[in-house]
Amino acid sequence: MNDLFNSFMNGPDENGRFGKFGGRFVSETLMPLILSLEEEYERAKTDDSFWAEMDDLWKHYVGRPSPLYFAERMTEELGGAKIYLKRDELNHTGAHKINNVLGQILLARRMGKTRIIAETGAGQHGVATATVCARFGLECVVFMGAHDVERQAPNVFRMRLLGAKVISVTSGRGTLKDAMNDALRDWVTNVENTFYCIGTVAGPHPYPAMVRDFQSIIGKEVREQFQEHEGEGKLPDTLIAAIGGGSNAMGLFFPFLDDESVNLIGVEAGGKGVNDKMEHCASLTGGRPGVLHGNRTYLLQDDDGQILEGFSISAGLDYPGIGPEHSWLHDTGRAQYVAITDKEALEAFQFCCLQEGIIPALEPSHALAHVMKIAPDLPKDHIIVMNMCGRGDKDIFAVAKHLGFDMEQGD
Amino acid sequence: MTRINDKFAELNAAGKKAFVSYVMAGDPDFDTSLEIVKALPGAGVDIIELGLPFTDPMADGVIIQLAGQRALAAGMTLNRTLELATEFRKGDNTTPIVLMGYYNPIYSHGVDRFLVDAKAAGIDGLIVVDLPPEEDSELCIPAQAAGMNFIRLATPTTDNKRLPKVMQNTSGFVYYVSITGITGAAEAEAVNVAPEVARIKAQTDLPVIVGFGINTPEKSEAIAGIADGCVVGSAIVKEIGAGKSASEVAAFVKSLADGAHRA
Repeated sequence: MNDLFNSFMNGPDENGRFGKFGGRFVSETLMPLILSLEEEYERAKTDDSFWAEMDDLWKHYVGRPSPLYFAERMTEELGGAKIYLKRDELNHTGAHKINNVLGQILLARRMGKTRIIAETGAGQHGVATATVCARFGLECVVFMGAHDVERQAPNVFRMRLLGAKVISVTSGRGTLKDAMNDALRDWVTNVENTFYCIGTVAGPHPYPAMVRDFQSIIGKEVREQFQEHEGEGKLPDTLIAAIGGGSNAMGLFFPFLDDESVNLIGVEAGGKGVNDKMEHCASLTGGRPGVLHGNRTYLLQDDDGQILEGFSISAGLDYPGIGPEHSWLHDTGRAQYVAITDKEALEAFQFCCLQEGIIPALEPSHALAHVMKIAPDLPKDHIIVMNMCGRGDKDIFAVAKHLGFDMEQGD
Repeated sequence: MTRINDKFAELNAAGKKAFVSYVMAGDPDFDTSLEIVKALPGAGVDIIELGLPFTDPMADGVIIQLAGQRALAAGMTLNRTLELATEFRKGDNTTPIVLMGYYNPIYSHGVDRFLVDAKAAGIDGLIVVDLPPEEDSELCIPAQAAGMNFIRLATPTTDNKRLPKVMQNTSGFVYYVSITGITGAAEAEAVNVAPEVARIKAQTDLPVIVGFGINTPEKSEAIAGIADGCVVGSAIVKEIGAGKSASEVAAFVKSLADGAHRA
């Protein structure tokens, strides 16, 4: 294991590449900034005091470790593989996003930056960033597509309560990718005091590797907790996670990349179905390699290389790209990627509520829908660990609409 | 030698500063855009920067973002942009054209095929905003090998330690970005820019042209005066966005070019 010359865990190379993916495709103004971030991160990575501070905050502020929970009724009902849920929805702020935000904010403090900017889709990364900025008394500005501001109003209010300024982005079509564009435009303008806290394993090097490292706490905990449940030396057979940009999946997968016996499955948002009309956000299933937001990766784009808008019931998966390391794991065949439709995700959402008493976010509902597809045909000694990366409080309005429940009338 | 090198030799001999104008190809539509581009040399433009439309122009302010959206909505593509250059070249074989944009449409087209097609269309140089020296093997080096200039942006954040790396594979001219920020947002101030231009000229023999934040004939004159020339983009694109005719746009461009040539 961990053969230095034949490992999936050595990436990225010194140019920030995972195979041909990744890189540093940014304007010259930002280049010195990402180089100094890389330098600071490399220093922090081997600094015990940095990780001691992280561990303390993870434990006492976030509530880590999150449980690894045996979903007994779900397992029985599906009648095949044994299913565990990694309960990252129990974290403070209700999703895995805060794992990474804490790391980046501690770095920002080490670099003497006083103003934090972030992009957000569903609002989970924005809320996590606003939360940690409040905790450390830092100015926080969150860019959110105008369309998402409308459909995720509760999270907008949360961010305001936490003292963040939420900027409704109307450039382009007012979605997550446009929020990221405007965050980059802000960063290029305010280079002196500003730190850009990216919410997923995408963007220019070192972001994909750095965010992965911070999220890897998920997989590391699973490794230990799994042995407590199943016995020393045991490993799960299959890991499953939902993918927008891919940070929760990367965090779960990474510590297992060199364990060949462990199947890795990433679940993309298939929207209304992966078809020619692009009514989905499945970059790997329905896109091709291109360059956007600082990295080369699979993108939804037209024949001319113009970026297309994705479509999904879940605002958190609504991004036309994916982290470059996933593109590499896809091309090398180390991980498998599938798409789940809105309809399948909604069914899984309800199934989870009724079987386990857990209201999941729509993002992990996609992962669960795939679990529901494959578990029945797998033997009972096959063990699946799925990352329950977020809770569904933010989604009840969207789900109510789809199920025909009137929130005003209560019926 | 490219038309860019020839142009600077000519300007140098005449003791003149360069005036560079930026317009988005296909804005507001192919025909109007072609008419505007054809009128630029007559208005005093020394080098034409032709914007390649892209859905996600991360370094551009709202004026150029909207220009890109108008062009894309009117059916502009990379192929059509090269067609526009080809049409222009039928009547003008000396004014240099620099294609300016983002990497993905070029990458999507295929770098080798793009260089052949761009050369055939009469493109002399490239400015690709999201290709820093760290990514030179992508396009910069193949473009120079194909006889095309690759013009790099230097910025206020490019410190002296980094500057040699930025200059290394640059040719044609150096584009100094006068502000930290996006196009069309803040104003350039000659007093602040002058020492920066001197800092860059200490490390290169290439002409240094200053862009970003130049929007009036006075500013054009002041900035060109402390460099080898200046670029105006957003101010011109704003006129096109307001629906001005090609001759009205040309008259405005002439006032800016006259400013630079007075310097």
